[in-house]
Order: sequence, then structure tokens, then C-alpha cells
Amino acid sequence: MSSIATADAQNGAAAPAVSTSDDYRASEHIVRVRGVKRVYKIGEVLVHALRGIDLDIKRGEFMAIMGPSGSGKSTLFNMVGGLDKPTDGTVFIDEVDIAQLDAGELAWLRCRKIGYIFQTFNLIPVMTALENVTLPMIFAGASVDEQMEKGKRLLETVGLGDRLYNKPGQLSGGQQQRVAIARALANDPAIILADEPTGNLDQKVGEEIIQMLKRLNKESGVTIITATHDDKMYKRADRVSIVIDGEIQAVVPPEQLGDNTVDGFLAQLKEEKDAAAIKDLETAAEVTATNAAITGEG
Amino acid sequence: MAAMNSGTARVERQISLPFKQAFRIALRNITIRVGRAMITGAGTMLGIAFLMSVFASNLMLAAKGAEPSPAQAQKAAWLVAMSLLVSFVGITNSMLMSVTERYKEIGTFKCLGALDNFIVKMFLIESGLLGFFGSLIGSIIGLLFVIVTNLAFVGAFNWALAVLYMLACIVLGTILSVGAALPPAIRAAKMQAVDAMRTEV
Repeated sequence: MSSIATADAQNGAAAPAVSTSDDYRASEHIVRVRGVKRVYKIGEVLVHALRGIDLDIKRGEFMAIMGPSGSGKSTLFNMVGGLDKPTDGTVFIDEVDIAQLDAGELAWLRCRKIGYIFQTFNLIPVMTALENVTLPMIFAGASVDEQMEKGKRLLETVGLGDRLYNKPGQLSGGQQQRVAIARALANDPAIILADEPTGNLDQKVGEEIIQMLKRLNKESGVTIITATHDDKMYKRADRVSIVIDGEIQAVVPPEQLGDNTVDGFLAQLKEEKDAAAIKDLETAAEVTATNAAITGEG
Repeated sequence: MAAMNSGTARVERQISLPFKQAFRIALRNITIRVGRAMITGAGTMLGIAFLMSVFASNLMLAAKGAEPSPAQAQKAAWLVAMSLLVSFVGITNSMLMSVTERYKEIGTFKCLGALDNFIVKMFLIESGLLGFFGSLIGSIIGLLFVIVTNLAFVGAFNWALAVLYMLACIVLGTILSVGAALPPAIRAAKMQAVDAMRTEV
């Protein structure tokens, strides 16, 4: 309970402090999210996926974003990756407001600055591992020799030096995800965005993928942002952001979550939130009771 | 090292790949899914083979020296119209499918830094190649069919006009293929990358 109180206090205190010291912190943060809202319209219903997110991610940081499914973490993710545009608010990547970029600049950003890793790997099924890895280099305009040399080197780095010419269908899930990691690294990005990278993998293989990401983070200083459900994943992160109902509830170092599982921590947070809302509920209950009495008489 | 390089807070514009590169990738796209490409191309081929055989058999009728009655001429025109319709529907359908089934891939391409116009260019070249070779083979098959079944009258056959019809068939087949692939390709290229990736076909 005490840890949550601290988390909330931190969160509450951080919000005004950051906005006053933006200039001072500018170069330290590679990603800054300010007041981002995203509203989807499904039929006639408006769905508020994000309700005003503020988040800073430091250069070289390993940030885990956690939350139950439907909490908006994937939406937040797509915003940071420039894959989707916010309804309101701004996302800065390296101090550039990505909403201001035209299609060509956005493509450059996706190609050079950001590497994407997906839960479902999203490799091109008809291409070999090597072709999948060299694809972003083609878009970056690299020569064929460069592509081959670097593609092979990257696949060796992820331990697939002997699987260059295998197609995704001939590789296991873990191997496919490693191809995806190599592909994400193709143009030396500053940020790697990994959306539940271990979600489709078994425990042991997932652990390998996490270790690989952590190693990359330490060795090359690439910023890693990952949405995850995985307990092992968040424990390796530098900081953990907890997203519920489209809002960031807390940004804490993983130690603060202690031995609590993700679900346990989320449940505790929710309990606290509910407790705070009980007074409202009680008032509401009184009103309902009165209403019921009136209706009963009528 | 990656993070070091990106110290500058600057965004450049993605380079537009030259036509040669796009052609190379489009050709590769066809060769790596050769089976699927054959089926798509076969749609064009069959339509054009039908159209060409109708043209050729009209020529063959003339070669036989038979003056067509008004009823026969009407029937011939009807057949040409039908075969045009078959070509149109067949080609449009197979091209539409071949693009829509790759929406997810298009989304991935966009995530990796492909420009919208590159994606359109790529599908244009792919469908153009499939359309051209499909209608080339189709028109040869259509012509051969009529020739082989009417070998006795080949002597008086108007070859010059047949070649002209063949060229028309090839041009028509290629245009129809590209025209059918273009709208879904543009739609896919303009989609947000996430939406394209989420598409299930």
C-alpha cells in the first residue's frame, strides 16, 4: 500500500514539475508525450482510448508500459511510433512534433529513427530471413552490398547466422521474433518500439528475447519502449508506466512493484482507486435509495 | 552506437526510390510468389484468350469466304461484347484480390519506411507485368485455338489484321490489370500503417 501511495505522489508531483522545466530537460528525453488524447468512433459510440497522457522517456532508457488489455497501451504505442495520430495533444520525438511532419518525413522517421517489433512478428512470409532484414535498408537507399553485409551481420548478432535463407514459416516463433529484432535494428534506430514482443512466445523463449533486448539496450544505448504483460519483462526495465483506462496511473521503477505480479499490482491500484471513489458511490447510493422510495410510492 | 548517431534533433525526408529499384522489387515480388502470380495472371490470360479467339474466328469466317448474314454479324458483335465483359470481370477480380490480400504486408512496409507512392508504384509495375504477360500468352492461345481448329482455311487468313487484334488485346489486358490494381493499391497506401496491419482478409 505504501509503495502505491509513493507512486501516486510521484506521479502527481511530476506533472507540474516537468512542464516548467521543459527547456532544461529537452535533450535528455528522446520521447515526450504531452496531453495526448485519442478518441475512436465505433459506429455511434465514442471510445476514449487515451484520456490525456503525459510521459517522458529518457534517451537510452528501457521503459515498460503495462496495463490490462483495452487500457490504451497499444494506442499509446502507436502514437509514439508515429503510426497513428492523436486526436489532441502532441508527441515529440527528439524534440520534433511528429504531428507537424509530412508523409515523407514521417516515413524517414519510421525508417531511420524507430525500429518496430510486434507481438505477431509481422515478417513478410514469402521473403527469407535475410530479405526481411534488408527490407528497411532498401527503403533507406543502401546499396545491395551494404544490405547483404549488414543483414548477415545483424542476423549473426541475434544468433541466426545459419538461417539466413529460411523463410519465416520454416522458423520457430522465437527465431521469427529474433529476425524481427534484427530487422528493427537495420537502420540503427534511436528507439525500438516493442509491442508485447513475448506475447506469442512460451516462457523460456520469451526470456531469451527479453535478454536480447536488454543486451542491445545496454550495449548500443538504444532506447527501448515495450508494452508488456510479462512479469519478467518489466523487471528488466528501468521504469514501468502503468496505464489504466487511457490514463497513466503511475511511473515507477520495477523494484517498487516488488514481488507483486502485474495483475496483483494493477488490482491493488484499482482497489485504491475504488476506495477513493467509495464516498461518491455512497452518495450515489443514497440518491438511488431516495429515488427508489419515490418511484415505489408512485 | 545507434543512439550516438542520432544526437541531432532533425528529421529528414525519406528518399523516393528510383523506378529501377521499384521494378526490381516488383519483379522479386512476382518471382517469390510465383504460384499466386500465375493464378492472378491466369485471370487475365483466360479473359484475353476468349476475346482473341472471338476476334480470330471472325477473321476465320472471312477467310472461309462466307459473307456473314446480319444475324451472324449481330451474333459476332454480341460475342465480342461478352468476351470483353468476361475479361473485365476476370481481370478486375483477380487483381483486386491480389492487392487486398496483401494489406497487412503493405502496413508492414509502411512501418519500415516505405513511402505511399512507392507502394503504389510497386503494385503498378507488378500488375502491369502480370497483365502484359498474361494477355500476351492469352492472345497467343486464343489465336492458336482458332488456327488449329480451322487449319484448312489458314491460307486465306488475314494475318496482318490478326496481329493488330493481338496488339489491341495485349494493350487492353495490361490497362485493365493496372486499372484494377490501382484503386486498392492507392487505398492501401493511404491507410494508416496500423490500420493496414490490422486488416484481416
